[in-house]
Order: sequence, then C-alpha cells, then structure tokens
Amino acid sequence: MDPLSDIIIDIRGMSFSRGSRTIFDDISIRVPRGKVTAIMGPSGTGKTTLLKLIGGQLRPDSGQILLEQDDIPKLGRRELFLARERMGMLFQSGALFTDMSVFENVAFPLRVHTDLTNDMIRDIVLMKLQAVGLRGAAKLMPSELSGGMARRVALARAIALDPDIVMYDEPFTGQDPIAMGVLVNLIRRLNQALGHTSIIVSHDIKETLGIADYVYMVADGRVIAEGTPNELSTVDSEQVRQFMQGLPDGPVPFHYPAPDLMQDLLQETP
Amino acid sequence: MLDWIQTLGQNALSRLAAFGRAGQLLLQSLVARPAPFTMFPLLVQQLYFVGVLSLVIIVVSGGFIGMVLGLQGYTILVDYGSEQAVGQMVALSLVRELAPVVTALLFAGRAGSALTAEIGLMKATEQLASLEMIGVDPLRRVIAPRFWAGFISMPILTVIFSVVGVWGGAIVAVDWLGIYEGSFWANMQHSVDFKEDVLNGIIKSIVFGAVVTWIAVFEGYDCVPTSEGISQATTRTVVFSSLAVLGLDFILTALMFGEL
Amino acid sequence: MRMRTMEIGVGFLMLAGAVALVVLALNISGLSLADQGGGYRIYARFENIGGLTARAKVAMSGVQIGEVTAIRLDPKFLVAEVEMKIRDDVDYLSTDSSAQILTAGLLGEQYIGITPGAEEENLKDGDRIQDTQSALVLEDLIGKFLFNKVSE
Repeated sequence: MDPLSDIIIDIRGMSFSRGSRTIFDDISIRVPRGKVTAIMGPSGTGKTTLLKLIGGQLRPDSGQILLEQDDIPKLGRRELFLARERMGMLFQSGALFTDMSVFENVAFPLRVHTDLTNDMIRDIVLMKLQAVGLRGAAKLMPSELSGGMARRVALARAIALDPDIVMYDEPFTGQDPIAMGVLVNLIRRLNQALGHTSIIVSHDIKETLGIADYVYMVADGRVIAEGTPNELSTVDSEQVRQFMQGLPDGPVPFHYPAPDLMQDLLQETP
Repeated sequence: MLDWIQTLGQNALSRLAAFGRAGQLLLQSLVARPAPFTMFPLLVQQLYFVGVLSLVIIVVSGGFIGMVLGLQGYTILVDYGSEQAVGQMVALSLVRELAPVVTALLFAGRAGSALTAEIGLMKATEQLASLEMIGVDPLRRVIAPRFWAGFISMPILTVIFSVVGVWGGAIVAVDWLGIYEGSFWANMQHSVDFKEDVLNGIIKSIVFGAVVTWIAVFEGYDCVPTSEGISQATTRTVVFSSLAVLGLDFILTALMFGEL
Repeated sequence: MRMRTMEIGVGFLMLAGAVALVVLALNISGLSLADQGGGYRIYARFENIGGLTARAKVAMSGVQIGEVTAIRLDPKFLVAEVEMKIRDDVDYLSTDSSAQILTAGLLGEQYIGITPGAEEENLKDGDRIQDTQSALVLEDLIGKFLFNKVSE
C-alpha cells in the first residue's frame, strides 16, 4: 500500500529565508495520516524551523502549507489557534512551565481549551501521565525532573488534548541510552494506540529509522531523498549515504571553507 | 569617519525598530486583546512578585532617605534660624520628587530586572513558543498580567515610600534634634498641598510604573534567547528604565510645577 | 495554599497603600475633610501685596482663622484684590475690622493679620474689608529713609 495515499499535511513549493540566508528553497513535503514521518538531515538545515512553519509560528515567503484544507500561513489568529488545538508539539528542551507542577503542566491545555470539571481534568491528566509512566511524579516541580523525565512530561502535555498531529523536535538528543529507548518506545506505542500522525525531526539515524514509516531527508533547503526506511538505505546518492552511515567526509566537507593551510600558516600576521 | 557615521545610523535605526516593536507589544498585550477575568489569578500572582516582594526594600530605603533629609535639612536650616521648616522640606522633597523617582529606580533594579530575566528565560526554554503551540497567546498570558502588576504596584509603593520617609524624617527632627513637634507637623501640613503635591507625585509614579514595566517586559520578550542575551537584556532594562525615569521626571516636573 | 499566601500578601499591600494614602492626605498634606466646604468669603484691596500667595494663612492675633483663596488685580482701582475664606465659626469680625499683610519672622512667609474693630455689625459672605495696610516692602522703606535724610 502506498504510504502517501492519505495526506494530512501537504507542503507545496514552500520557500523560507532568514535575512539573506535561504533555509528552504521551493520544498515540498507530504505527511501521511496516522503514520510516523521522520524529517532528517544534518544540523543547521532548519528542521526545527520546518516545525515552526507547520505550527504557524513562522510564515513562509511563498508556497502553501496545507493542513487538510486550511492553508496555515493564510489563517487569521483565531483560526490559527483553532488549528493549533489539533497539534501537539514536543519541544527540544521540553519547555515545561517552570512555575507549575507536573500535574498542572499537563492539565494546562485542558484548562485553557475545555470546560471540563476539575475531577474530569484530574482523571485525564493522571491517564496521560500513566501513559508516559510518570503518574507518581505528578506533584513534582519541573526543576526536580531529569531531562528524560521532563521530556516525557512534555509529551504527556502534548497529547493532553488528543491532537491529530504530534510534532517531535529532536526528541532523542542529549538522552542516555535508557531514556532514549523509553522515548522511542513511547512514540511508537502512542502513535499506534492513539492513532495520531507523528512528525519527528531528528538526526539520530538508528532510533528514528527504527520507528518511522516514511522518511524525508533534507539538506541545503531541499529534499534530497524520501521513502520508507528500506528504500532510503538503497538510495544511490553520496550525500544520503554520508549522512546515513555517518562518514566524516563526503559531499558535506569536514573543513569549513578556508584558504589553503600552508598559505594560511605562512602568511605573516598583520 | 564615514564608517562611524554609518554605525551611528545603524544604531539609530535598530533603536527605532525596537521602539516600534515595543509599541506593538504594548498595544497587542493591552489594547487589542483584553481578557480581564481569566487574568485575575495571574495578576494576583504577579502583584505578589512585583509589589509585595519589593515592599521591604521600599520601606527600608524610604526610612533612611527620610532620616537623611531630616538631618541634612536641619543642619542647613538651623543657620537661618528656621529649623521648624524642616518638616515641610522633608515632606515636599519626598512627595514631589524623591518618592516617585527613587521608588521607580529601586523598582527597576528589583522588579524590572527580575521581570526581564524571567521572560527572557521563558523565551530561551521555549516556554513562550510552547504556550503559543498550545493555543494560548503569550502576550495575554505572560506579558499583560506582568504589565498591569507593575502599573498598579508602583503608585502604591510610592505612597508607602513617602509616608515611611516622612516618618523617618520626623524621628530624626523631632525625637533626636528636638524640634517642636507641633510646628514640625503644622508647617508641613500648611505647605504640602494635596492636589498640587501629593496627586502630582502619584501621577508621576503611575507614569514611571508604566514606563519601567514596559521596558522590562519588552526587553525580556525581545531578547536574544541565550544566556548572554538575557544578561544583556537585564542590564538594558536597568539602564534604560533609570534613564527614562530621570528624563521623564524632568519633563513631568516642568509640566507640573515649573510654569512653562 | 501558595495562592493563599500570595493573595494575603497582595491584600496587605493594597491595605498598606490605602492607609499610606490616607496618612499622606490627612497627616502630611493637612487635607481636612471638614473645612473643605465650610467658610465664608470676604475681600480686601491692598496697594501692594508683597510676597503674599494663595493658600497663605489668615490669622487673628496669630491664630489661624482662614486662608487666602485667590489674588487678582482689580482693573478699576488698579490695586490687588485678595479673596479669603474665613472659617464659619469665626462669625464675629466687625465690619470695621482692618487687614494687614504681615511677615512671620524675618525671612518667613507672609500672611494676613486681621484686627477686629468696634462696630456692632459683623462681616458676612462677600463683604469687603475697607481698612487695609499693605505689605512692608524693604526697598520702599529704604527709599523713604534715604529721601528723608536728603531732605533734612
């Protein structure tokens, strides 16, 4: 079955630049519904920016970002906020509200967007915390959590409203192997259990490929390869191979552009 | 030389742009999207952080400044044999000038810098972005209550500063230097006018409160979200708000008391 | 619970502010709620008011009985006209009372001293004190003194 038969997010010919630097140049990405889509690429290729563009926090210079029928850059504030209720985002740092307990952090989206009674909110929050294995930590403050735990709490908060789309911004960076395994497991399991669409932005190849259904590889503002993880490992492109196998030198050079070393050394300091 | 002029021009332009952004921030968080009811608990929380926690420093400085004024005023006035006027001197200089200005400066250092650092850190740790993704306007949730808290607490702190200062002056003048209590208070009451002096002082403090909080909140919201950026923003808050307070004080004084 | 401490703190701040404002109004600026409305107005013309200003006190035998509310120039007589408000309970100033601009101490402020006369009838709201004595202007005094010396 073609993974791209049912599309939830469709980015068409989108360009974005910051100052004079072009981050995305006429990029097109389609995200299948209910699947785990990974967007991979070397650091500094604007993967996080892509998530912000989808979330409507940034506006592209041109092109469309369609969430089903809505073109996100064209939405007014009110519609944008409505669209965001359908999205959950897990930030790189977790971004827990430091002045609230773990419980209140997870309850926050529910309190803002629903009229549920306190009892119902309590039940939902405890269920979400149970799903990430941190029901026992409900009373702690974010400063008392380890990095991995903070990220799991943030995940519980991101899925509090049962969103259609969950976006993960570098979920595996800076985690020890155990926490990493827990997160990989969680993302996969939650995706299956709740049936939402997951978008993972990452450069951790092994973990990401292990759970992704479809992968986009982004570099230099373009998609350089796409396909299922199996398809990607057979792609015949030096750039893709370098990234997938983690080779130090290749199309992405080890050296930052510089004049010849001998010349530089022999040059007299002014 | 041309380079220097270019840098000057660049700086001026970026300042102007920042000013524009600050104005936008103010407008958006206060005028365009008011949410008075959901804001109330947040406002209480901020009033506590901004107002109540500044109380100690305000009371202590107010007391000492009043005492110094009493002492200095006495040594000068005693030469002219009019040491009874020390009461009116202490009260007038406090109510008109020192209370609003010193309170605003202390407030900038105590609460303004904390506001900037807090908001900057929220930005750096992506809490603001996260609020936005949850579908909550950070201007409404984070900026507006802090702004109102500063706006409300400044006049209150100023009035407290004045009263504690006068009381400090009275302790020095009446209890230690032995000025007759009746003439101390009578002179003061006769020369301090409620509308002219007290209300004008309060108006000043309201203006200062708005400006200092505005600068603090904006610098935090607009900072570069790194540890260096936050430290620079905090410094800028204290420097800019102190300069703004002193400059505005001159303008307000000229409008209120100088017959310009 | 944390919210409660905060609310108490803020309540305390508000209360302290209100109390401070009242102290400022009543104790420091001497704003008295009682004498705001009361009092009757009388007028007096002076050749020269010296350094007299509005809100200067009006006293009888050194005891304050009212204050100067306005000073303006009378365009008809080309002299200063002073409007003063006298406390309601001081209703025994006779129509032939005299008003005098005095100075408290050598460098003190100027005030109006009222000396009552012998007439049966008393001053009412809007009445005018006829008998006035201007402020002592030091330059005039010195001038007169020198003039007298020369003419001797």
